[in-house]
Amino acid sequence: MSRLGPRPAPEQSTLRAYVCVGLLAATTLVSYGCVSDTPSGESNTVESGTSEWPRSFAIGQSATPATIAALDIDFGPDGAGAPPGSGSVAEGQAVYNVKCVGCHGLTGQEGPNDRLVGREPRDGFLFGEIRGIRKTVGNYWPYATTIFDYVNRTMPMNAPGSLTAGEVYAVAAYILFLNEIIPVDAVMDAQTLPAVVMPARDRFVPDNRVGGPEVR
Amino acid sequence: MGSISRRAMLGATGGLIAGGLLKTQADALTVAEEAAGLQTAQADPTKVLGGPTSVLGQRAPGEQPRRLMANPAVTSSSRTPIEELQGIITPADLHFERHHAGVPAIDPDRYELLIHGMVDRPMTFTLDDLKRFPAESRICFVECSGNGGVSYNRNAARNRSPSLIDGLFSTSEWSGVALSTLLREVGISRDATWLLAEGGDAAVMARSIPVEKALGDAMIAYGQNGEAIRPAQGYPARLLLPGWEGNAQVKWIRRLEASDRPSMTRDETSKYTDPLSDGTARQFSLVMDAKSTITFPAFPFMLPERGWWEIRGIAWSGRGRITRVEVSTNGGDTWIPAQLQEPVLSKCATCFRHIWNWDGGEAVLMSRATDETGYVQPDLETQIAARGEGSSYHYNTIRPWKVEADGRVFFAQGDGA
Repeated sequence: MSRLGPRPAPEQSTLRAYVCVGLLAATTLVSYGCVSDTPSGESNTVESGTSEWPRSFAIGQSATPATIAALDIDFGPDGAGAPPGSGSVAEGQAVYNVKCVGCHGLTGQEGPNDRLVGREPRDGFLFGEIRGIRKTVGNYWPYATTIFDYVNRTMPMNAPGSLTAGEVYAVAAYILFLNEIIPVDAVMDAQTLPAVVMPARDRFVPDNRVGGPEVR
Repeated sequence: MGSISRRAMLGATGGLIAGGLLKTQADALTVAEEAAGLQTAQADPTKVLGGPTSVLGQRAPGEQPRRLMANPAVTSSSRTPIEELQGIITPADLHFERHHAGVPAIDPDRYELLIHGMVDRPMTFTLDDLKRFPAESRICFVECSGNGGVSYNRNAARNRSPSLIDGLFSTSEWSGVALSTLLREVGISRDATWLLAEGGDAAVMARSIPVEKALGDAMIAYGQNGEAIRPAQGYPARLLLPGWEGNAQVKWIRRLEASDRPSMTRDETSKYTDPLSDGTARQFSLVMDAKSTITFPAFPFMLPERGWWEIRGIAWSGRGRITRVEVSTNGGDTWIPAQLQEPVLSKCATCFRHIWNWDGGEAVLMSRATDETGYVQPDLETQIAARGEGSSYHYNTIRPWKVEADGRVFFAQGDGA
């Protein structure tokens, strides 16, 4: 989803400028935990004469909107790029019981693969303190949109990417219902799924490891 | 002379091959000799004409290292036998694997990398396109974020070999095009802060990568140790993020989307996040901190006699160069600087050695790495205190090895030794 219109071609010194942009961007990235990890002067390659590079190498092909649309499948927390369609809890149960139950169990707790369902008492978050607490969608996943994004990419395992958008919305609805996050009559779509607030939403913090003497 | 006599040879030098390995190596030997029709050893090779040239080299019959693996699986891993290797380079066919939906079969002639989103010119690049851009190479490690997991435990099992603990780690010479070169070509926006990297496997693996790293030392790699990247490592092209956790270095890369926010994919939320004892979880914890492990002597090796032995191992840091490795032979009471083997490269395996005269008594061997940021590899209790006992991923504590008086060596994390 390009958010920018056409712009003039960058100048010859663009590469270095972009590195500076990257460093500036780092200050805004701190909120996501991305601190520079590259010590000054670190390089494994001999400095090359990029100053002689052309503005463009004219290598590669312009990507058509159709090419982009065919691959641009991500579904982030803001709902941008979410596909049309919708699915109810009941529809999700029907899909789940055919296509998901074999690996995740009748109630999403039995496995043998990842446990999908389960909440912690008072929505506690003791995963760091106590070994072996099983992470589920209900007790650990911070964003409901991730369910759609992931299922749409790669589930079911024996037929990855085979579900329709409506089926994926429905399966997300059913998993959220089993986790007692949405009511039985809820319908998930491009608007309602991003609006679901997950129990562990505010548990995630930026990485504060920065090297140096302190162990974190 | 066949595999049987070779087996006898292995048995005669049994001090070098501990019980568990002997069976494995002998079996591998038999398979290799019989399947490949390799020459068997001659009693006097100076009296028999040798073998001819060949179009593809093979390992010596008795040298058949294998990745460690429970059973073949599409969503699992295989481990590099780090204690069986020399130097820093991992042979490509022994590079560890961690796949989430199997190894895809990608036609290199149909392969394309799409770069779009917050860019001036959304573009696709074929494999030939990628190879036509100015190229670069670097030697660096790739390590799974979960490497060393069995060591983060006060009750860790003793019969663990270095590769069973840290074998999700490999080092290669990677060749490709700097990602910054491609982002320059498409004209990435100054407002873009994240890149969604997506693979062309059945997992359609997706991770959000900070643009700062993408414009730094990131690479779209198509070469591995002088040849095309192996299918299991991302053929025909992968994202390489030196020093960062393996999962983010998306293999079989097919798409990069510039954005101003992360996508919050499964593998950056429900997985590869580090829960802490304060009720939070670290997210985008991408850098692999400094770590080292002794690879010799270690389980299942048995020291056959007292005397001079060289303690050997590897150290690495995702934040730069290793500046020091210290070794202890008394459970951390005293530390001695180990010898670092050149080359000492940034974000790369570094070999260390320390010559040790074993007196035949019990000993606890440890190694402790320091990197150029001044970070010192912590012990288990220090890291548990900082993170919590249930924390997961990025396990880089000191790995202790207990030498028994009879020469057997065991992993000794947590038993106090």
